[in-house]
This record gives sequence, C-alpha cells and structure tokens, in this order.
Amino acid sequence: MINILIYVLLFSVALCIYRMGKGPTPPDRAVTLDILGTLMVGFCAILALITGKDFYMNIAISWALLSYVGSIAIAKFLENRSFDE
Amino acid sequence: MFWDTAGYTIIVIGVLFDLLGCIGLVRLPDVYNRLQAATKCVTLGTAFLLFGLFLINGFGALGIKALVCAAAVLITSPTGAHALARGSHRGGVKLWEGSVIDKYAEENEGVD
Repeated sequence: MINILIYVLLFSVALCIYRMGKGPTPPDRAVTLDILGTLMVGFCAILALITGKDFYMNIAISWALLSYVGSIAIAKFLENRSFDE
Repeated sequence: MFWDTAGYTIIVIGVLFDLLGCIGLVRLPDVYNRLQAATKCVTLGTAFLLFGLFLINGFGALGIKALVCAAAVLITSPTGAHALARGSHRGGVKLWEGSVIDKYAEENEGVD
C-alpha cells in the first residue's frame, strides 16, 4: 500500500522536471529547484517510514537547510546584484 | 492503533497536497502564480507528512527528528519563496497579461 505514496511523489517530481525543462524564464527553473528540494524531504520521510531507520531524518533536515541557502543565493543572483548587499 | 490511523491519514493528505502543488506548477501561467501555488501546497504537504511520521513513531529519535524537520521546512521554504519572488520581480520578469494589479511596482516607482 505504501508504495502508492512513492509513486505519487515520483509523478510530482516528473511534473517538476517537465516545468524545469520547459520553463520560459530562469526564475521558473529556480522555483522548480526549490520545490524539488522540499519534495526530497518528503521522500526521506517516506523512506524513514518504510525502513524504520532514523538517519534518513538527518538527511532530510540537512537537505531542507541547504536547499534554503541555495534558494537565497539564486534569488540574489537573479536580482542582478552583488552578494554583499 | 488510533495514532497509526491518524498518522497514515495525515500522510496521505500531505502527499495529495504535494501532487496538487506540482499540478499547479505545470498548469498556471506565469512565475508568480506558479510560485504561490507550488510553494504553499508543497510546504504544507511536506509538513503534514513529517507530522504524520511523528504521530506514528511517537517521542522516539525518529519522531523528534521529524518534528525538527517540520519546523525547519515551515520556516525556510516560505522565506526562500519570498526571496525568489522579490528577486525575479526586481530582475525584470513581466507579469502575466491577465494580472490586474502590481502593488510592488507601484510602491517602488522611482526607487532603484
């Protein structure tokens, strides 16, 4: 039964990758990257639910925080400004 | 037993939220609409999923880590989305032609 959840999440990732390939402007791709980072946290949670191991949650926490840092850096880059400001 | 049922129900709701957010990411017309649909749905969906994991596992190592991860997702994901929207607006991405109002551009006329 729980494999259905994995398939639904995989279909969501496929939709995200479609938008990342088609997206007309660079911010579309940046948004998709942010969304993919959050979806990976969901994958880690499902894997922890299936296997019962808790180190998947360590991966999930660090993935969420690193995805945040990447989004902020890409946002500053899209703004055409330097990183100091 | 009750907490297992409640946890699995919340997990299924969260995964459906994720799916709806990604459908909005494909279907909506411009970058701001996509941002608001996808970010809100996917953030709440993943937070629901982690909270359901906490309900199933209780106050063990896994449950507490799931709670911490839910707090991290709930704080960082809207902040990153806000920064992305601000960056793309100041970077010169146009709104969809069906949009009726742009408060941010009105307030910042003349400001760099």
